[in-house]
Amino acid sequence: MNTLRIGILRGNIEIKQFLRQKESVVFTIFFPLLLLVIFGSVFTQSIAPGVKLSQYFISGMIASGLINSGFQQLAINIPTERDNGALKRLRGTPMSPISFFIGKVILVFLTMLIQVFILLLAGGLFFHIRIPNDGTLWLRFIWLIILGSACSTVLGVAMAGVIKSGRGAPAVVTPIVLVLQFSSGVFFQYNSLPTWMKQTAAIFPLKWLTQGMRSVFLPDSFATQEVAHSWELGRIALVLIGWLVAGTFLATRSFKWSRQ
Amino acid sequence: MSAAIEIHDLRKSYGDHEAVAGISLTIERGEIYAILGPNGAGKTTTVEILEGFRDRDSGTVQVLEADPGALGIHGSSWRNRIGIVLQSNSDAAELTVAETVHHFSHYYSKPKDPDSVIALVGLTEKRDARIRTLSGGQRRRLDVALGIIGAPEILFLDEPTTGFDPEARRAFWELILALKAEGTTIVLTTHYLDEAEALADRVAVINAGKIIEIATPLTLGGRHLAKATISWQEGGETKKQISENPTHDLLEIAKRFNGEIPELTVTRPSLEDIYLTMIEGQK
Repeated sequence: MNTLRIGILRGNIEIKQFLRQKESVVFTIFFPLLLLVIFGSVFTQSIAPGVKLSQYFISGMIASGLINSGFQQLAINIPTERDNGALKRLRGTPMSPISFFIGKVILVFLTMLIQVFILLLAGGLFFHIRIPNDGTLWLRFIWLIILGSACSTVLGVAMAGVIKSGRGAPAVVTPIVLVLQFSSGVFFQYNSLPTWMKQTAAIFPLKWLTQGMRSVFLPDSFATQEVAHSWELGRIALVLIGWLVAGTFLATRSFKWSRQ
Repeated sequence: MSAAIEIHDLRKSYGDHEAVAGISLTIERGEIYAILGPNGAGKTTTVEILEGFRDRDSGTVQVLEADPGALGIHGSSWRNRIGIVLQSNSDAAELTVAETVHHFSHYYSKPKDPDSVIALVGLTEKRDARIRTLSGGQRRRLDVALGIIGAPEILFLDEPTTGFDPEARRAFWELILALKAEGTTIVLTTHYLDEAEALADRVAVINAGKIIEIATPLTLGGRHLAKATISWQEGGETKKQISENPTHDLLEIAKRFNGEIPELTVTRPSLEDIYLTMIEGQK
């Protein structure tokens, strides 16, 4: 179990490095908060008695938080570490690649928890976001978070293998995330989008993750407003597992320890 | 015990360019072996094949009795026995020296004591400094600390003293000689001929992917047989004499003076002179 022990030590090192880069901490904490303030202030109208539109958008923002902490963070962080020689140096040591990935998973998990916690806390305190108070919903919330983060993590690693340089990474990754957010029901209500856009978004995991989060934060009666008139939890799990498997396959194929 | 490194007819091409064109060499255990050559000669490609970072096209390679191109599941135990100092890094900028060296020590089965290694490379005063605040030379010494923390049997050093001031280079040489005294095999690539001369037991000169010569620094290119130049001041001008028997000729010159010969020097071609002649002769 040396691989696990070193993986946990890697996680510690990853977190130290993350916390000491002020820009990344500020971005991780304040960007979701900023979005929450904007959405919470704009969307004050009710979509049902006692349910504000902001309740709809908190679902999308939490789903986005999982994409930010995994996919976006790793697809930028790994190419940067490839450019500065960190990965090549590690490859020259006996450290198992599995330990390296355990470290990244710990980093993703921590930044994801920070984002989700801040969104729920600020949303509950200032924007009347109703936090689920039912054990079943919390259980659902937890498996969505775990599966969504896992999916987001492996896709971030896979993307990192395709991206050529750390400096160019944000320019590739940020538009992908933005387009997915616009088309997956994060910034607009999903059922108000044109059909072609909905169908395209339905190929990617963010749409399904957002839908799953709606099932946690909106009353059960809202299920009828979904495309299939239900939350489709089984299908959400299947799509996410599918992307997790495909992402893992792509990540192991595309990963590069150095620029050749 | 077999040699530390054995290479036979190693070849590697990038497209049409043959970067390594049939290199064979043997590096014995415990020796410091310098690989010299101009930029693009194939030094880094050769060393990276030995380190397991690059594939080769053909030839056989054995490093500590294993093929670095086909390690498979044995990669970890093999890497446990080697240390690598790569060219220029800028990683781990936000960690401190002590955090990084301690962390890397966990990767190895029998690491050296991290604090002694930090002291050995002269970074004790900087142990709690963030890596991004280190000077180029300090940064390089940290690279060396990370290369030796696992108590490697073979240490690869790629241009280790680039950016060092003369004092730091001398201190670094002492460190390398101390590692050799512990029995570490050291493979060094460098641009500094005086460094190769001060450290290496043997040097291999590589150009255009081929070995030109393998010799000790003192005998490379027939240096020990080369004629000496005697230079001195006489009658208000600098005199020079090329000599096959400098001791004899010197005594002759000394007879013309009453004791001391003014501004006397006796020089043989430096390793750098020999090296440049060899590389020039290849063109």
